[in-house]
Amino acid sequence: MSSAPPAAHGHDAAGHGHDAHHDHDEHGASHGTFGGYLAGFLLSILLTAIPFWLIMGDVFRSPTTAAIVVLVFAAIQIVVHMVYFLHMNSKSESGWTMLALIFTVVVVVITLAGSFWVMHHLNANMMPMAPHDDTMPMSPEGMRQMR
Amino acid sequence: MTPSPAPESLLFGRLSLEAIPLHEPILLITFAAVAVGGVATLGAITYFRLWGWLWRDWLTSIDHKKIGIMYMILGVVMLLRGFADALMMRAQQAIAFAGFEGYLPPHHYDQIFTAHGVIMIFFVAMPMVTGFMNYIVPLQIGARDVAFPFLNNFSFWMTTGGAVLVMTSLFVGEFAATGWLAYPPLSGIAYSPWVGVDYYIWALQIAGVGTLLSGVNLIATIVKMRAPGMTMMRMPVFTWTALCTNVLIVASFPVLTAVLALLSLDRYLGTAFFTNDMGGSPMMYVNLIWIWGHPEVYILILPAFGIFSEVVSTYCGKRLFGYASMVYATVVITILSYLVWLHHFFTMGSGASVNSFFGITTMIISIPTGAKIFNWLFTMYRGRIRFELPMMWTVAFMLTFVIGGMTGVLLAVPPADFVLHNSLFLIAHFHNVIIGGVLFGLFAGINYWFPKAFGFKLDEFWGKISFWCWVVGFYVAFMPLYILGLMGVTRRMSKFDDPSLQIWFVIAAFGAVLIAAGIGAFLMQIFVSVLRREKLKDVTGDPWNGRTLEWATSSPPPAYNFAFTPVVHDLDAWNDMKRRGYVRPTSGFIPIHMPKNTGAGVVLSALSVICGFALIWHIWWLAIASLLALIVSAIVHTFNYDRDFHIPASEVIASERARTKLLEGRA
Repeated sequence: MSSAPPAAHGHDAAGHGHDAHHDHDEHGASHGTFGGYLAGFLLSILLTAIPFWLIMGDVFRSPTTAAIVVLVFAAIQIVVHMVYFLHMNSKSESGWTMLALIFTVVVVVITLAGSFWVMHHLNANMMPMAPHDDTMPMSPEGMRQMR
Repeated sequence: MTPSPAPESLLFGRLSLEAIPLHEPILLITFAAVAVGGVATLGAITYFRLWGWLWRDWLTSIDHKKIGIMYMILGVVMLLRGFADALMMRAQQAIAFAGFEGYLPPHHYDQIFTAHGVIMIFFVAMPMVTGFMNYIVPLQIGARDVAFPFLNNFSFWMTTGGAVLVMTSLFVGEFAATGWLAYPPLSGIAYSPWVGVDYYIWALQIAGVGTLLSGVNLIATIVKMRAPGMTMMRMPVFTWTALCTNVLIVASFPVLTAVLALLSLDRYLGTAFFTNDMGGSPMMYVNLIWIWGHPEVYILILPAFGIFSEVVSTYCGKRLFGYASMVYATVVITILSYLVWLHHFFTMGSGASVNSFFGITTMIISIPTGAKIFNWLFTMYRGRIRFELPMMWTVAFMLTFVIGGMTGVLLAVPPADFVLHNSLFLIAHFHNVIIGGVLFGLFAGINYWFPKAFGFKLDEFWGKISFWCWVVGFYVAFMPLYILGLMGVTRRMSKFDDPSLQIWFVIAAFGAVLIAAGIGAFLMQIFVSVLRREKLKDVTGDPWNGRTLEWATSSPPPAYNFAFTPVVHDLDAWNDMKRRGYVRPTSGFIPIHMPKNTGAGVVLSALSVICGFALIWHIWWLAIASLLALIVSAIVHTFNYDRDFHIPASEVIASERARTKLLEGRA
């Protein structure tokens, strides 16, 4: 490939110099099928309709339970979008997209879980202060509202 | 000096003549000097009719090499500003004792230490690190440019735009007086009502766009554009560290953007994310900004590690010891850097479990870092070491950085941190790792790659003077701070009561003067080298007997980098090619497809600066107008289809023939 075509340009960069074991087409990612899009569409509707009904129909007594269940549905919805609409799988771009996704998820989980943990600790350890003292750094009340 | 809140005018917002600090003699003199220097520079450019050349060949260039050089120039210019701040602080602290107020009023002093931190991190270290990655990475992987050449130019100009706003704050209004991370509630509207914090926010937001996009760009470049045969585990270590750094940038800078956006909502719209009352939590700001802030320090140090790796293996004439472990150490540091942020606020009030978790993760980071130090040492072991300047910087780094690392592990112990938090010990620690790590790395890199970029080596005499002034100056300037910190002296003080401390501050100030001499010698080194460029000329393109692909092309490389894309068979590809008797092709050249220059980056960045300035001064009509202009120009640029051209084969033949002649002339 010593006389490879010049390729250091944005448009045809993908056709040049990728991994030696890269055996995909020019773009390296699949583009999905009609069936795939349809399945994703139906699943999305379903995953939106169920939580909607859960809330409107007052299925759960406790709002906390309802919130958790809705969050779980939201998380599944994210996965459905990624698989069916963003064509996330372990093969596209020789695995780079999957690696990027895993890294992103890890970082987001660390950020969220860490922040909750840290802020929960601050809340629990905060000294109770006199109510008239409005220069205090943070009231437990304020913490609760913030979350 | 905060003027009383005057009513805002429709036309100028809160900008008025009062905003220009005519009553501050220091600023007035600085302004006069800058104005005279600026007029002289502009006049010289006009006199020598260089505007066209500057615009065509540099400002609008999307050649990764020219953008890399422009990043370096930005970094050096801002280094002078940031270091002037440092000298002023050292001078103030050396004299303000026992009732004497010194020469800087507290409000001015607070702005100076804030500006020093912001400038040194965002507008010195970041541009220089990005500049190296821009210049070297495409050459090391055998590519013709980065993946998105226009985006690269745009990123550079956004970074510069941020720097322009920070510099503007010196002469129009004020800068933040909050410390470099602008913690609320101090940075909230209640305690910082004027423009300082707004300058801070918008400068960082604009520069942040540039940094983030350049991160995306370099990741795409490294993942997609490596020369055939260059698998991940055959990538040069500098390219590996660049990849990890840019992954860190892409993952962490959005957090900074978001937290600054929330702070600006607090300041502009009266929301209460980080306020004391209304349910806000200033501690959430501290938590979020360090989730960005800790990866940021690794963003700076990883490329420096990469530079040292290249330098050590080149000047020892050996393959890097433990290449694979070096790569894994880099990746492990990348992940771990997300797990330690709380060590910046152990004292904020978390419980024992949180503090011990983050203390332990912090100590764990020293393991891969230590592995790297040993790899460099083992590379030197039984190598044929040539003590050229880059190698000298590397050895100084290893000694200095180990001390900084050890004080870092000390600070990672939460009970010790409770004593040392916010003290000068901390200041000494992070200057120890940033100067001893990042800055020494940058100087090693400048001395190492300068001949590649300009075709002649840097003068060794002045380089050595700069080296010794920097290294000795660093120790003289910061060891006293360790001692003061252990005695309990806190940071950011503009005056002191206890006269027994003064001697340490005087020593530290002397160290700062030595460093100033180091910077002066560095500028002298460049000046002298330019004068003696014929004598220092490098005709081979490979003056140090290098090992990686950037040394396979001429110095400076042609616009297209490589006439033919190199094929890689081993780690240290160029060394492998030389060993197998590589013969440079002298015929069969074909036209080369290249991206075309564009002024869109300059325009977009200028509009962003105007928009930022308008937002800072509440000039709402201008903010809306420039934002609209920004969006329209961006859309208009997308319709520009005239983006590429071919370097004709004749031109390629001509420049390759010229190189052949040079090489023959040497033989």
